[in-house]
Amino acid sequence: MIEQFSSHDEKPDGVAIRMGREKLHVVSPDVGIGQRLINLWEYRPLLLSLIRKELSVKYKNSVLGFVWSMLNPALTLIIYYVVFQLVLGSGIPQFAIFLLCGLVVWNFFQAALMGATTSVVGNAGIVKKVSFPREVLPLASVGSALVFFFLQSIVLIIALVIARDAPAISFLPLLLVAIVALVILTSAIAIFLSALNVYYRDTQHLMEIVLMAWFWATPIVYPYHLVATLLGRHNILWAFFVNPMTAIILTFQRTLYAQISPLGANHLPVPILPANSELWYAGQLGIVVAVSVVLFFLALRVFGRMEGNFAEEL
Amino acid sequence: MANAIEIDGVTKIFRLYSEKYTSLKERVIHAGKNPYQEFYALRDVTFNIEEGSTVGLLGHNGSGKSTLLKTMAGILQPTKGEIRIKGRVSAMLEIGAGFHQELTGRDNIFLSATLLGLPVKEVEGRFDEIVEFSELGKFIDNQVKHYSSGMYARLGFAVAVNVDPDVLLVDEVLAVGDENFQRKCIERIKLFQREGRTIVFVSHSPDLVRTVCQSAYVLDHGSLIGRGEPSEAIAALRDSLGRGGVGGSLIGDESSTAQIDPTALVVEQAVTVTALKCFSGVGQENDHISPHDSLNVHVAYHTQRPIGDVSLTIQFLSPQGETIFAGNTKDLDLPGYDIDGDGVFELYFESLPLLDGVYGIVAMIIDASGTLVSWIEEKAAFQVMNPSKVSGLVALTFRVTSSS
Repeated sequence: MIEQFSSHDEKPDGVAIRMGREKLHVVSPDVGIGQRLINLWEYRPLLLSLIRKELSVKYKNSVLGFVWSMLNPALTLIIYYVVFQLVLGSGIPQFAIFLLCGLVVWNFFQAALMGATTSVVGNAGIVKKVSFPREVLPLASVGSALVFFFLQSIVLIIALVIARDAPAISFLPLLLVAIVALVILTSAIAIFLSALNVYYRDTQHLMEIVLMAWFWATPIVYPYHLVATLLGRHNILWAFFVNPMTAIILTFQRTLYAQISPLGANHLPVPILPANSELWYAGQLGIVVAVSVVLFFLALRVFGRMEGNFAEEL
Repeated sequence: MANAIEIDGVTKIFRLYSEKYTSLKERVIHAGKNPYQEFYALRDVTFNIEEGSTVGLLGHNGSGKSTLLKTMAGILQPTKGEIRIKGRVSAMLEIGAGFHQELTGRDNIFLSATLLGLPVKEVEGRFDEIVEFSELGKFIDNQVKHYSSGMYARLGFAVAVNVDPDVLLVDEVLAVGDENFQRKCIERIKLFQREGRTIVFVSHSPDLVRTVCQSAYVLDHGSLIGRGEPSEAIAALRDSLGRGGVGGSLIGDESSTAQIDPTALVVEQAVTVTALKCFSGVGQENDHISPHDSLNVHVAYHTQRPIGDVSLTIQFLSPQGETIFAGNTKDLDLPGYDIDGDGVFELYFESLPLLDGVYGIVAMIIDASGTLVSWIEEKAAFQVMNPSKVSGLVALTFRVTSSS
């Protein structure tokens, strides 16, 4: 039943018309990935605000505050050191530094993903009331985890200074590539998980288990060589590299731990890292970067599909 | 004149789940049968809003007006169709959305303003203005969780209006805060109007739409059923009420998805305000009065069946149509009235301190649940003729002493 009244379009005199921004804002069921990226770029101040919020809220009422973010890996390190070096006798020289190289990376990965998974659900209040690119929420979790990653790296650097270990200079550029790969990969998974958790709230619980399995599938606590020989015997070494975290963490270890097969307690060499050239590491990282970029666009696309109903599902 | 907002064939379908399975276990057990009904919140709505106009969206609960506003804001995506908006959009759907309790007012200004899409530099440039509007003063560095609700609302509104929007979308937010704050908000909205910004205003309150808007659109069950000047649109709203176009809140209530609850309909139609008459103190109808004269107002009604616990709201309109007085009998701690058949409310105003002009009266009957069920509006209810030489709207009396 349509009832149309005559429409009165005259406005009172003296109304100024704002000449201005011609920016067109389109709300429709289909928004392309290009447009999504532009929106995301325009909202980078929000990303920074959210990161700042997460950082200042996290340790708000604790006495030690930010020191916790550094105490955490230091204390974890002690636990692993006692269990693996003293009790089980892994025999890796300078185990503390070896472990820290992987642990710092993993802590970032885990903190970012756990935070991101609940980011959209946890911010239901603003998702239902304010319009902004929702991808900012998981990315803010990645961003705040990145800040802690750099804080924890200080612990690693202090350990390196104490042990008087020099990093492998020729690998340093690859370390930067590894960090870029790590951030893109983490962002891709973070965006995907944050959307998935809106529809399946199990995601957050499932992730705890998945991340634990993933942790042990990555050469962090044990040396690469140990598992590589085992897999190599069955000609399935490639399976180790299906895990993109392997190449990233190996690069960290190769650059900062920098010892391929140091001498152990009984003066015999202990093989730890692959004895390959920078080129091999670069190749492995290159694959991870490429895969991560593809995953990132895929995640944006999936997120875009799911995002339309966020305000209703929450 | 260019359009600020173009709404092009927008349809929004909500899925109403009779049982919602959110966990993986439940979804596996009930694989493939997540029972839902489709509910059309908006049906092929098309209209344009011109740059610089102020438009009201009217409708009953569940008519789709808030859904349309949320879709314009980009919070909901339309199922079909497209909305094109020119310029920066600021939506006020909730005051202080995005505030974090643990942060200070200062931090929250930055958080909330960037959430609305403002670059940090602009936030810094407007910071003092925001603080001034919020009247928070030194409390700006206190945590928001220690704020009173009034302070919270003032800060939220201050941020939203200082985003410098080209298009402002407002949803009932003016209902919060004290009267002083509400007046400030309306003044700011009127300033926005003079500055030529486009404003879309959702309200239950025909009164607010009448004061603020130049035109209004009426939605019913997701369809556009009328538009025009506020008074015409309000008439269309009343017609749809008379036709039974009311189904209560449809969203989230599966029983009332398609059909209208017949008992609710009876309640809606049960009362009609039939007439409003004014008598001056001497008892003559429609005669003019002088300032400070008394006035009797008779509101006649007719009911289909007995109704208990209703209240009456009386509202005086200035010659320009602005509310100069509004009061509800329950707010004045009077008991609810039980009414049946034909009857009359008689109101006696002892002294009206008004000056020259033709004044309007609106009488509204509110049921026990607080829903407006019927009203009458007399634009020219009575006239005041002023024999003295003072001018203005209100008849003030004063004394003067002079000292040197």
